[in-house]
Amino acid sequence: MMVTQRSSDEWDRPAPVAGSYAFVVGDDPEDPGSLLEVSMGPQHPSTHGVFRMDVVLDGETVVKLKPVFGYLHRNHEKIAENISYLGSMPYTDRLDYFCSLTNNWAYALAVEKLAGISVPERAEYLRVILSELTRLQNHVCLAGFLAQDMGASGTPLMYGFREREKILDLFESLTGARMMCNYMRFGGCRCDTPPGWLDEARAVVDSFPRFLHEFENLLSSNEILMSRTQGIGVLGKDLAVGAGITGPCLRAAGVDYDIRKVDGYGIYPRFQFRVPLGEHGDTYDRYMMRILEMHESLGILKQALDGIPEGPIIDPKAKLRGFRPKAGESYGRIEAPKGELGFYLISDGSPSPYRYRVRPPSLVNLTVLEDLCVGHNVADTVIILGSIDIVLGEVDR
Amino acid sequence: MLGSGIIKGLAETGRNFVGSYFDPERMTTVEYPEQRLAPKENTRQFPFLVFDGEAALAGLRCVACQICEKECPPQCIYIEKSREKKPDHLGKPQFHPAIFDIDISVCMSCQICVEVCPFDAIKMDTEFELSTSDRFGGLLMHKDLLARPNSHFLKVHPTDAGVIDARRAEERARLEAKARLDSEAKAKEAPPAA
Repeated sequence: MMVTQRSSDEWDRPAPVAGSYAFVVGDDPEDPGSLLEVSMGPQHPSTHGVFRMDVVLDGETVVKLKPVFGYLHRNHEKIAENISYLGSMPYTDRLDYFCSLTNNWAYALAVEKLAGISVPERAEYLRVILSELTRLQNHVCLAGFLAQDMGASGTPLMYGFREREKILDLFESLTGARMMCNYMRFGGCRCDTPPGWLDEARAVVDSFPRFLHEFENLLSSNEILMSRTQGIGVLGKDLAVGAGITGPCLRAAGVDYDIRKVDGYGIYPRFQFRVPLGEHGDTYDRYMMRILEMHESLGILKQALDGIPEGPIIDPKAKLRGFRPKAGESYGRIEAPKGELGFYLISDGSPSPYRYRVRPPSLVNLTVLEDLCVGHNVADTVIILGSIDIVLGEVDR
Repeated sequence: MLGSGIIKGLAETGRNFVGSYFDPERMTTVEYPEQRLAPKENTRQFPFLVFDGEAALAGLRCVACQICEKECPPQCIYIEKSREKKPDHLGKPQFHPAIFDIDISVCMSCQICVEVCPFDAIKMDTEFELSTSDRFGGLLMHKDLLARPNSHFLKVHPTDAGVIDARRAEERARLEAKARLDSEAKAKEAPPAA
C-alpha cells in the first residue's frame, strides 16, 4: 500500500508563544534577531526536578534569566493548618525529600518551643546523629549530581549513591523508611534504636573517610572540574547577606554563619567542630564547602556516637493524641544541609495550627540565580543551579 | 602538571572497576528480583489489621473507635461501626468494624495510624509487591484483605509483637485473677444455704 506523505505545513497552528520554546526575541534594534529566548525545563534532567529557567541568550551568553517554579506545589502549608500538629510531621518529610530527618527536627523544634516540651538527652543525641548522617548523604549526592551536570555522566554520582545507600540502610533499620522517615516526635523520637544500630552507624562513619578521600582524588583536583567551576557564578558577600542566602552557599562567600554555632540549638554547643569558609564564592568554593562540611560532620558524628547516653527516648509528658498547645507563636530553625530551615507557627489553642509557614532554604537560595548566571555561558547555568543545591519539593511546597 | 588531576581520578576509577570484581565492599549491586536483601525489622509499607484466633473477620482486634480514621494525615481510612457489640479478648463488649477500608493508593506509609491505635489492632506490613492493573478496585483494601493473623505480625516484627503479646497476656491474667478473687469472695459472703 502506498503511503502518501503529507507535509507538516498543512496544519494551521498558532504563532509561537513566549516562553513555551525557543523563539527569537530580537529586542536589540541595531541587530534584530540577535537575542534568543530559550525555555530550559520544566522536564529537563539538569533542573533537578520540575523547574523552568526562562533564559535570554546572546549567542551562548546569558543576558537575562527568570526562574519559574511552582510546578510541584502541593499546598503543604494550608494542609498543615487543617490537620493536627502530629499529622503534618509526615508531610514535612516531603519538603526536602533528601533530608527528611532535618525537616522533622525543624518542625519538632518549632512545636517544642510553642508548647514548652523538653527533650531527653538520648533523643537529643540521636537527633544530632541522624541529622549529621542526613547532611553526609545530602552533600555526597550534591557533589555527585554536580559532576553529572558537568558531564561526568554517572561515575561520581554512582560512587556517591553507593555510600548514600549505606546511610539509607541505617535510616531504614531505625525509622522504618529510607527516605520518608517520619521519625521525630514532639519531645523526642518515635522509637529507640534496635540492638546493634549504634555499632552499625559507627562502622558506616568509620568507613566514610576512605570514601571521601577517594572522592576527592577523583574530583577535587581534576582540571576539567576546576576550569568549569572556578570563577563561575561568583556570589559576593554583600549580595549573599542581602538576599538572605544561608547554608553552604553563604559560607562559600566567606560569611561565617552557621546556625549550629549561632543558635546552638539542641546540644550542638557540646561538640567540637569548625565551620569551613570559602574565599571566592564561586561554584568551586560551593563544591568544596560540601566536601569540607562532610569532614566536620564525621567529627560530630564520632563525638555523638561516643557520648550517647542510655535513657528514655521521649518526654513522658509529651502527648501523641489530643495535642493542643496554648495560644502563642514560635519560630524554630535549624541548619539543614541546604541552609536555614525554619518553621513559623501560630497557635490559637486549637488542635491544628492557626498559621503554619515554612522558610525553605532552597527557595531563598534560588532567588540569586539570575545574578549568578548573567554573563556566563548557557552550559554554566546548569552547573550554577546544581551548586546552589535545590530540591523542588521544598521550593514549591 | 596539567592533567595530573585527571590521571589521579582515572586511577581511582580503575581501582573501583577492578575492585568491583574482588572486594565485597565494592560489590554492592543486588539483582532484584532474583536476589533479595534481608528485610529489616522496622521496615514499614502498608497497614494491616491484626486478628487473633482462626477466623479472620471474627477475631479482629479493631473496635472501630475511628481514631486512626481521624488522625490519618492523607485521610485514606474509612470505617463504619457495627450496630451490635461483641466481647473482646478481655470479655468486654466492644463494637467492631462493619466496614474498614484503606485506599493504599492514597496511603503514604507514615505509621501514624499504628502509633495512635490504643488497641494494637493496626500494624505495618512489609509486603511491597502490590502492583496491580486495576487501579481503583485493586488498590482499595477491604477488611478481608487487610486482616492478617497475629502469627504474621510475629513474623514481620518479632520484637514489637512479642512485647504486645506479653502485655495482652498479662492483662488477661490480671483479669482472670480478679475474677477468681471475686468469685471466691462471693462464695464466702453467701454461705451455701443449708
